[in-house]
Amino acid sequence: MTNGKSQNKLSKQAQTHDASVKKTVKKLMLIVFGMFGFGFAMVPLYDVFCDITGLNGKTSDVAASYNAVGIDTERTITVQFLTRTAKGIPWQFEPMINEVKVHPGERKTVKFYAKNESVSDIVGQAVPSVSPGRAAVYFQKIECFCFNNQPLKASEDVEMGLQFYVDLDLPDDVSTITLSYTLYDITSSVDS
Amino acid sequence: MTTDVINDQSEHDSHDGEHHDHKMTGLKRWLYTTNHKDIGSMYLWFSFIMFLTGGVMALVIRAELFQPGLQIVEPDFFNQMTTVHGLIMVFGAIMPAFTGLANWMLPMMVGAPDMALPRLNNWSFWILPFAFAILLSSFFMESGAPNFGWTFYAPLSTTYSNGSTAFFVFAVHIMGISSIMGAINIVVTIMNMRAPGMTYMKMPLFVWTFFITAYLLIAVMPVLAGTVTMVLTDTYFGTSFFDAAGGGDPVMFQHIFWFFGHPEVYIMILPAFGIVSTTIPAFSRKPLFGYSSMVYATASIAFLSFIVWAHHMFTTGMPLFGELFFMYCTMLIAVPTGVKVFNWAATMWRGSISFETPMLFSIAFVILFTIGGFSGLMLAMTPVDFQYHDTYFVVAHFHYVLVTGALFSIFAGAYYWLPKWTGYMYNDTLSKWHFWCSLVSVNLLFFPMHFLGLAGMPRRIPDYALQFADFNKWVSIGGFAFGISQLIFLVLVIKCIKGGEKAPAKPWDGAEGLEWTVPSPAPYHTFETPPKID
Repeated sequence: MTNGKSQNKLSKQAQTHDASVKKTVKKLMLIVFGMFGFGFAMVPLYDVFCDITGLNGKTSDVAASYNAVGIDTERTITVQFLTRTAKGIPWQFEPMINEVKVHPGERKTVKFYAKNESVSDIVGQAVPSVSPGRAAVYFQKIECFCFNNQPLKASEDVEMGLQFYVDLDLPDDVSTITLSYTLYDITSSVDS
Repeated sequence: MTTDVINDQSEHDSHDGEHHDHKMTGLKRWLYTTNHKDIGSMYLWFSFIMFLTGGVMALVIRAELFQPGLQIVEPDFFNQMTTVHGLIMVFGAIMPAFTGLANWMLPMMVGAPDMALPRLNNWSFWILPFAFAILLSSFFMESGAPNFGWTFYAPLSTTYSNGSTAFFVFAVHIMGISSIMGAINIVVTIMNMRAPGMTYMKMPLFVWTFFITAYLLIAVMPVLAGTVTMVLTDTYFGTSFFDAAGGGDPVMFQHIFWFFGHPEVYIMILPAFGIVSTTIPAFSRKPLFGYSSMVYATASIAFLSFIVWAHHMFTTGMPLFGELFFMYCTMLIAVPTGVKVFNWAATMWRGSISFETPMLFSIAFVILFTIGGFSGLMLAMTPVDFQYHDTYFVVAHFHYVLVTGALFSIFAGAYYWLPKWTGYMYNDTLSKWHFWCSLVSVNLLFFPMHFLGLAGMPRRIPDYALQFADFNKWVSIGGFAFGISQLIFLVLVIKCIKGGEKAPAKPWDGAEGLEWTVPSPAPYHTFETPPKID
């Protein structure tokens, strides 16, 4: 290491080494940022995936138009209704009929009852879920109170409508569909 | 592998100026150090302190569960104990211990003078104590520490949080940044700093496993960072990623979390494979059987780890196709893992085996990790998982792979390289005591949990039905015995640092690798001139 020539060679080697280190670090940082983004990208991806497959019992949150061709009177489907209130919302919330029998393709309207039992005004939001999950994409809501939030003044009550039909191509082995609503208090997020 | 080392000590001793051969003294040496050996030691000590901290929490849990009913702690504090115990053991004990081993050994094994990014290395260690200070400080807050389980499922960590979510999130962020920096350093070192002639397929398997693990870390720690960020904004800034009321989905939390969480499992076990693949050949006095199949098996496990995450979620109401897909993918992992176990067995086959302490821990690792692997296979089966889910069977399973798996491999590695680190041989009798006490107590601690789980005892609950009382009593006794046994290790290490029989450069006659070509203790700077590998 005493003569200048070899030292030059060494520093040149060091430079190419530094450059390759930098290059590797940059590539790895790209992966890091990419994967951080991917974590967030999973949110819309998951929604799309659930929409397509009906995974998770997610039903569409937009109104379906009634376009069934005929009614399949051969089959009778039992549709059950469940309600629950999330922690912290002092409402009475229940279906006015617990189950109905429908033929695929037949339109049906049912009512739900909600009463604000507190002394303050509250905005509620019902979130639907269908079981079994794979029936979700065949359960079509033409009109649903869950499409909008529901404000209720203190001790006010309301009857809320749901109009739906079951698709004709519902898989043969499904004879019972359970529609469950969970009611949440979203007053604070509506206010802000 | 024959090595020809040019490591002229006298030459570099005569250096001056930028080489910092004379280290700084006192606290400053440790604060400012960029030396991979110093940083490795700090990582190892830090992880051991965290191991004892998390261990004390485990003992609180076991003390409460000694008898049915509530005796010692309140249920809420019990939940804080299970949560923080998990977080500390995963992020504070196992992962930093592996990073410490990587720091100490990787540069020596590939013939590099230091890690590629020494300054980054210093940072990635020194932010860790802050992360855990933040996490532990939450115990002293009015709300208490996180109590939603280390898996922080929404809405437990969002809507129903006790107010500790912010502490938890920022602590995890810092841990994640530290891990990512450490992982980048490992990859860059391995890719750019190998001694001339060391091709990828000539690297020791230890280096390979850390290489692949570092890639896993780089890929999934950012996803964890994203998850905790979403939890943070859901809790404090009104977003609804996981809030059904606002259009989000709590089940999605589990998908995103386990997309990180399952590779994380392999982050904690692949380095263990690397360690025992080093020690077993050394004490069997035979080269590792099936080196290249080991490399490919490690890579396959890493790849498969990305497509099995939903096996943690069989009971969330997935469609049948999803359950079958994740079940079969999970069971597929048994194939490369089996390759590894058979290769270790084949390495020992007709070897001239001697049973020094590192070998004892390695053999215990192979057997007990395999038990943990088999119970994992049972959990992978969807139909029966509905029974096992969230029971003590799961607790038994992951403690077999993480304690008798990852932790035992760390002990094997520590006993293997301790003479290289300190320059002294450790007390053999003490180390044998540590091994046998640990072996007996760890099985007393975790094996009956299988039965408890099969009989239906749920995890993370401070009280249980009377019929579980006997097994729980034995488990608790095993827990305390295991905890106390670890103090033997502490004493042994301190004694070994202070002195003892002088260790030769290569204390194990069957040991292979560049690290044994430098004197013991390893000089502060090694391989300033790279060795030549034929």
